[in-house]
Amino acid sequence: MEGKEPKEISKTDKKKEMIMFLSSSEEKEHFLSKANRKILSDPLNDNNPITVQVLGICSALAITVQLKPAIVMSLAVVFVMAFSNVIISILRNSIPSRIRIIVQLVVVATMVILVDQILKAFAYDVSKQLSIFIGLIITNCIIMGRLEAFALGNGVYKSFLDGIGNAAGYGLILIVVAFFRELFGSGKLLGYEVLGHKGLTMADSTGLYALGYENNGFFLLSPMALIVVGIVIWVQRSRNRKLIEEN
Amino acid sequence: MDKNSNAYTFIFAIAMVIVVAVALSFTATSLQPMQAENVRQEKMQNILSTFTGDSIIVEGEKVELTRAVASKVYENYVTEELALSNSGKPKEEDAFKISLAKQLTLDESEQTFPLYVANYQGKTYYVVPLRGSGLWDAIWGYVALEDDVNTIKGVVFDHKGETAGLGAEITTDWFQERFVNEKIYNDSGQVVGVEVKKGYSGGDNKSDNAVDAISGATITGDGVSKMMEERLKNYKAYFEKIKKSGKVAIR
Repeated sequence: MEGKEPKEISKTDKKKEMIMFLSSSEEKEHFLSKANRKILSDPLNDNNPITVQVLGICSALAITVQLKPAIVMSLAVVFVMAFSNVIISILRNSIPSRIRIIVQLVVVATMVILVDQILKAFAYDVSKQLSIFIGLIITNCIIMGRLEAFALGNGVYKSFLDGIGNAAGYGLILIVVAFFRELFGSGKLLGYEVLGHKGLTMADSTGLYALGYENNGFFLLSPMALIVVGIVIWVQRSRNRKLIEEN
Repeated sequence: MDKNSNAYTFIFAIAMVIVVAVALSFTATSLQPMQAENVRQEKMQNILSTFTGDSIIVEGEKVELTRAVASKVYENYVTEELALSNSGKPKEEDAFKISLAKQLTLDESEQTFPLYVANYQGKTYYVVPLRGSGLWDAIWGYVALEDDVNTIKGVVFDHKGETAGLGAEITTDWFQERFVNEKIYNDSGQVVGVEVKKGYSGGDNKSDNAVDAISGATITGDGVSKMMEERLKNYKAYFEKIKKSGKVAIR
C-alpha cells in the first residue's frame, strides 16, 4: 500500500506536466505563431474581401464619398465582425446546422443594435454620423461570409483574429477609395481643403483653384467608386503575382 | 441530445430569442434616459445655434455652443415657447414637447406648430422648426427670423439618411450660410421661403428667395425648398399679427 502511493503521485505529476506543457505551447501559439499572423494579414492582401473575393462592394460604393464616414464605418465593422466571430465560435458546437444562418444573422444584428444603442447614449455625435451605416453593417456580406466560412469551424481566438483581419482588409480598401474620391471629387481630405479654397471666381480662389483647377464631380457618383476599386485591383495584381490566374 | 433533432432546434431557437430579447431590451431601457437627454439637449443646441452660430456669448464670454452649454443657457435666451394653430392662435400646450412629425400627419385644422421666441444681445428672434422629406428619409431643421419676420438670421438642417457627401451636405456650414439674410416673403407679400435652385446665378443677391443648390443633391435640395415653403406658410397668420402689432415699428 505504502509503496504504491509515490508511484501514483508521480503519475499525476507527469500528467500535470503534460497538461502544463500542452496549454503553454497552445498559449505560445496564440500570439506569435505564423499561422495566426497569416490569419490576420492574409485578408489585407492575398485574400482581401473586396479586391480578391469581391464581397462588400455595395457598402464600398455607398460610403466612400468622404474619408471620415469611411473610417468610422471601418472601425464599426472591425468591432462588429470581431465580436460576432467570437460569439459564433463559442457557440459553434451547439448551433443546429439547419438554422445556423438565422443564428448568425441574429448575432450580427444584435451586435449592431448594441453598438448603436451604446453610441447613442455615450457618444451621441459619433452615432449621428453612423446613423445610416448601421443598417449597412447588418447587410455586409463579408460578416456573414466569415461567420459561415471561418467562425463555425475554428477556435475563439483564431476567429477573433480572422474577424479583425477581414474587417481591416475591408476598411483598408474603403479608406483608399474614399481618399481618392474625396480628394478629386471635392478637393478635400477629412473636410480640410487641401487643394486650396474654391471661391466664386478664379480671383477669389487660392491654391490649385487659382490656376484654373476644377473638382471632378464624377468622383462623387457611385460608378466612380467601382472604377477606383477596379484600379486598386489592377495595381494589387500587378504587384502580387500570386493573384494572377493561370489562363 | 441530438443536435439535428427538431426538439433541439426549437429549444435552441427559443433560448436564443429570449437571451437576445432580454439583452437588447435591458440595454435599450437602461440607456433610454441618457439618449432622451442627448436628444433634448441637441434640440436646444439647434434652436440656439440658428441665431448664435457655433459659439454663444454667455456673460460676456464667447464659448463654444456644445450640447451641455446649450441646455444650461437655453432658458436665459429663449423667452417664449408658443404653440400655434394654423390660423395663428396660441394654444395651451408645451411647445417644446410637440413632435412636428406627428403634427404633420394630422388634419390641417388640428395641427399645432411650435414657435420659439428668443432674445439674444438685445434683439428678438423667431425660431421656426422645419420638417420635410429628402431623398431617402426625413429632413428637418430650424430657421431663425429677425424681428421683421422676413429676414433669415440663420438656419440649421439635419437629416436621417441622406447620401454622405451629397444630400448630407445640407448639414454643413457653407450650405447653411447661403441662407443668411435671405428673405422668406416674395415681392408680392407671399410667404415662399427660400428655394434651393440648380444653376443659380444670383450670386450674393439676398432678395430673390433663392440660393445655389448642391451638385449631386437635387432631390434633397428640392426637399429643403419644399420644407421651408410649407412650414413657414403655417405661420403666416401669426407673422402678420407680429407685423401689425408694431413690433417692427419699435425698431
